[in-house]
Amino acid sequence: MEIPYTVKPRPDTGLYNAKVGIWLFLASEVMLFGALFSAYILLRVGAAAGTWPHGLLNVPLGTINTLVLITSSITVVMAWVSLKLNQFGRFKVYQGVTLLCALGFLGIKSFEYKDKFSHYEIVRTDGKIVDGHLVEKTKDHVILSGHVIDPSEKVEHGSHTPEHTEITVPTAEIKKMENYGPWHSTYLAIYFTLTGLHALHVIGGAVVIGFLWGPGSKMWKTDPERFTNRIEVSGLFWHFVDLVWIFLFPVLYLL
Amino acid sequence: MSLKAFHIVFVTASTLLAFGFGAWELNNYFVTGQTQSIVMGVGSLVAGIGLIVYGKAVLKKMKHISYL
Repeated sequence: MEIPYTVKPRPDTGLYNAKVGIWLFLASEVMLFGALFSAYILLRVGAAAGTWPHGLLNVPLGTINTLVLITSSITVVMAWVSLKLNQFGRFKVYQGVTLLCALGFLGIKSFEYKDKFSHYEIVRTDGKIVDGHLVEKTKDHVILSGHVIDPSEKVEHGSHTPEHTEITVPTAEIKKMENYGPWHSTYLAIYFTLTGLHALHVIGGAVVIGFLWGPGSKMWKTDPERFTNRIEVSGLFWHFVDLVWIFLFPVLYLL
Repeated sequence: MSLKAFHIVFVTASTLLAFGFGAWELNNYFVTGQTQSIVMGVGSLVAGIGLIVYGKAVLKKMKHISYL
């Protein structure tokens, strides 16, 4: 049985069916991410003055990831245009670069996540806080590479960057120890929710782009117009994922 | 909306981000004096200009493709 309107536009919509389908899906995605962005704004506006964290994320890494995604959006369009111009070889190159960009983005993101999960805050029994990355953890002590914060001394944000040294904290002196996971603060909870959901979309997009670059590209020989439309639909999804990041980057990393 | 139209929207958003980020980094430079900030700030402004040039070129290249 032939599936209708995979290539020719449907008379009532003026579009082929997959394009209508992807836009309906993207509309639901706008609602999903829109709700989470609204949650972020409400949490931030509702936070007590001076309590919302700044400078927790690595701006250069976020910038590199933004460049990677912008590049991938350019290559995904170039892949589609190559098919329109009947240049299958060029399509393979551009689609392959898009896939590499998606994997590169995920690699950098997982490095950022690992950095957060190995970053600890220890509240000592004397009230002082040791903040830094985990070097060693034994039954008797914990060693962090970081600095000591005395909550009684008010330090202006951004006034100086404390030097990192290895600090040994005996287990008996630990009142509370927690890493910078989503449970650490409201900011990190919404950060991991938004970026985690976005990363899942990148993984989904990478799977589709990879399939269309590899085994799925056989369709070019049998039904080139339909294959070109598949590339357009996957490109529309990829653009949406990249556009979400264009909003996420300044909101989470800069503001 | 075709991929062409969505790409133009995306390039516009990316250009705005590039200029906004450039301004943010330059402001950082004037406050902290860090070399990294001026490098990233100027780099971002150049990238913004590059995206405008690219946007114009891509519109020319895809003039035979529909916006729908």
